[in-house]
Amino acid sequence: MVRFLIKRLLSVSLTLFAVSVVSFLMFFALPRDPVTGMCPKNCNAERLERVRQELGLNDPKVEQYAAYMKGIFVGRDLGSAQGGKCEAPCLGYSYVNSEAVTDTLGRVLPVTLSIVIPAAILWLLLGVGLGMLSALRRGTLIDRLAIGFSLTGASMQLYFVGALLLLIFTYQLKIVPVPHYTSILDNPLDWASGLVLAWIALAFLFSAIYARLARAQMLETLSEDFVRTARAKGLAKRTVYGRHALRAAITPLVTIAGLDVGAALGGTVITETTFGIQGLGRTAVYAVRGGDLPMIMATVLIAAVFVVIANLVVDLLYAAIDPRVRLS
Amino acid sequence: MRPVGDGPYLQVRDLRVRFDTEDGVVRAVDGVSFSVERGKTLGIVGESGSGKSVTSLAVLGLHDPKRAQVTGEILVGGRDIVGLAEEEVRRLRGRDMAMIFQDPLSALHPYYTVGRQIAEAYRVHHSGATRREARQRTVEMLGRVGIPQPERRADQYPHEFSGGMRQRAMIAMALINDPDLLIADEPTTALDVTVQAQILDLLGDLQDEFDSAIILITHDLGVVSQVADEVLVMYGGRVAEHGSAQRVLRQPQHPYTWGLLSSVPSLHGDADADLVPIRGNPPSLINLPPGCAFHPRCPHATDRSRVDVPELLPADEPSHLVACHLPEPDRLRLYQEAR
Repeated sequence: MVRFLIKRLLSVSLTLFAVSVVSFLMFFALPRDPVTGMCPKNCNAERLERVRQELGLNDPKVEQYAAYMKGIFVGRDLGSAQGGKCEAPCLGYSYVNSEAVTDTLGRVLPVTLSIVIPAAILWLLLGVGLGMLSALRRGTLIDRLAIGFSLTGASMQLYFVGALLLLIFTYQLKIVPVPHYTSILDNPLDWASGLVLAWIALAFLFSAIYARLARAQMLETLSEDFVRTARAKGLAKRTVYGRHALRAAITPLVTIAGLDVGAALGGTVITETTFGIQGLGRTAVYAVRGGDLPMIMATVLIAAVFVVIANLVVDLLYAAIDPRVRLS
Repeated sequence: MRPVGDGPYLQVRDLRVRFDTEDGVVRAVDGVSFSVERGKTLGIVGESGSGKSVTSLAVLGLHDPKRAQVTGEILVGGRDIVGLAEEEVRRLRGRDMAMIFQDPLSALHPYYTVGRQIAEAYRVHHSGATRREARQRTVEMLGRVGIPQPERRADQYPHEFSGGMRQRAMIAMALINDPDLLIADEPTTALDVTVQAQILDLLGDLQDEFDSAIILITHDLGVVSQVADEVLVMYGGRVAEHGSAQRVLRQPQHPYTWGLLSSVPSLHGDADADLVPIRGNPPSLINLPPGCAFHPRCPHATDRSRVDVPELLPADEPSHLVACHLPEPDRLRLYQEAR
């Protein structure tokens, strides 16, 4: 177990290193000068050169990368133009927002977490529940309705569903306020009402997929020999399904759920744009548009961290569920 | 809850199991009757698709009523379980009648310890039992079926057991409630030969101890000859031959039984000459051949075999039943010649 964790942490570090190098290099491959974003007006060659010098953009690439990494682990001094001393973990100073990248992230990260985590809980409960129900009631009206729901969800796009929800609940019925973000610590009720449409939209689309997966998994498990053994023992249906079939059926879903949640945390651009909420996804898009290198680096790295953590959690969960899996 | 009445513990009369599928009606079991007394073993023999497993699942009431249509009578301790409420049958399952399956690895849940799965079988029928009592009984049973260090083994998972040990654990699970009827569906097929013999011995010992009726389902006549008192040969969902093991194995009267016997390799004589497979394949249960279902594969089929379904009638002795159109003297002569 300990050895497994050490090994995984090593490979995680390697992954993140690769991601940081690649995103760093890709930024320099972009066909535009990052400095132009710094002074939209009154720019002359001399002024641009000064900014370039200040930001260290004239240094060799390796040195720039090393300085960036040093900032993350021990902090660095960015110079007076960029807010001076920057404590570790320093992700640099955003040219465009005129603030430390960590400050921006501190603002937008809770937003994305607030969108994705409740939505994930909702889509898992709804998807798995619906899938199980339709597997156990195979061929009945409930099953048909669930399949219809899945097909509908799977063939829709978030911006369409989101716009529809907004139209109906916010603008026609006026029972849900215009989407917005308030911290859960300040006002939990306002937090929920501001994000509920985003949760529903995400949960609808994802649970459709999960319902199909869960149904197929459950049907497969129900034909397993050990389910027949459980029935032959004289166990009640509830126990057979709940304790014996369900546990085996959800194992593969855990993997997919972990990866989906990890990916969703990395950025829900479309959701955020549809509902006009400023989270990590939109921040990343703006950073790319503005050529904001530190911000791009930070959002890419954070997204990678989420995916990597999700993978690790999936592995640990798998070992906890299935005794045949040995972590080594 | 042992019934006081005499008579066989299990009596099956004119059992029929049909499945409605998209391709047509599958008559998996088509009018099968037999009975088993306590302390006796009935071997049910046949190729895959002969209806032997479907029969055993019907006895346990394990067919989904939405998919399978079960008719006839299945008297367990004098009580007909056909048409009985699911809850009533559930109470009998695992307590009065238990089952062990072919592949113990897939028949055990991979995520729970062996001990927990066995204890679960005990507790479901002993609602007053504490966890500790169930555990104690489990360890006792594991020891009884010959698993060394049962205390430690109870906490292991099925994948940590060898094939033979797994099947022993399945037997412990099946016998933990001291059932009157044990159905063993190909219990040794997935095991290697030395382990097979051990498992069969174990079943025999336990039968003496618990005095249960056993139904042993197999395609292996060698296994049947070792343990069965009576043999039922099934073909295409029907009974081909039924009688004492002695009669059916020594003086078989149905050409299908002959075929099964001659496809078992013998240790005596020339191996190549001895082994004669039955030509052709088992019939489709949706489109059984008319007349005797075996006629397309039977070297002795007559015109009548192609038209009339042969009745199951007493042959050389009243309890030896054979479903074949051949006149009895011819059967004896043909079998002698074939050997």
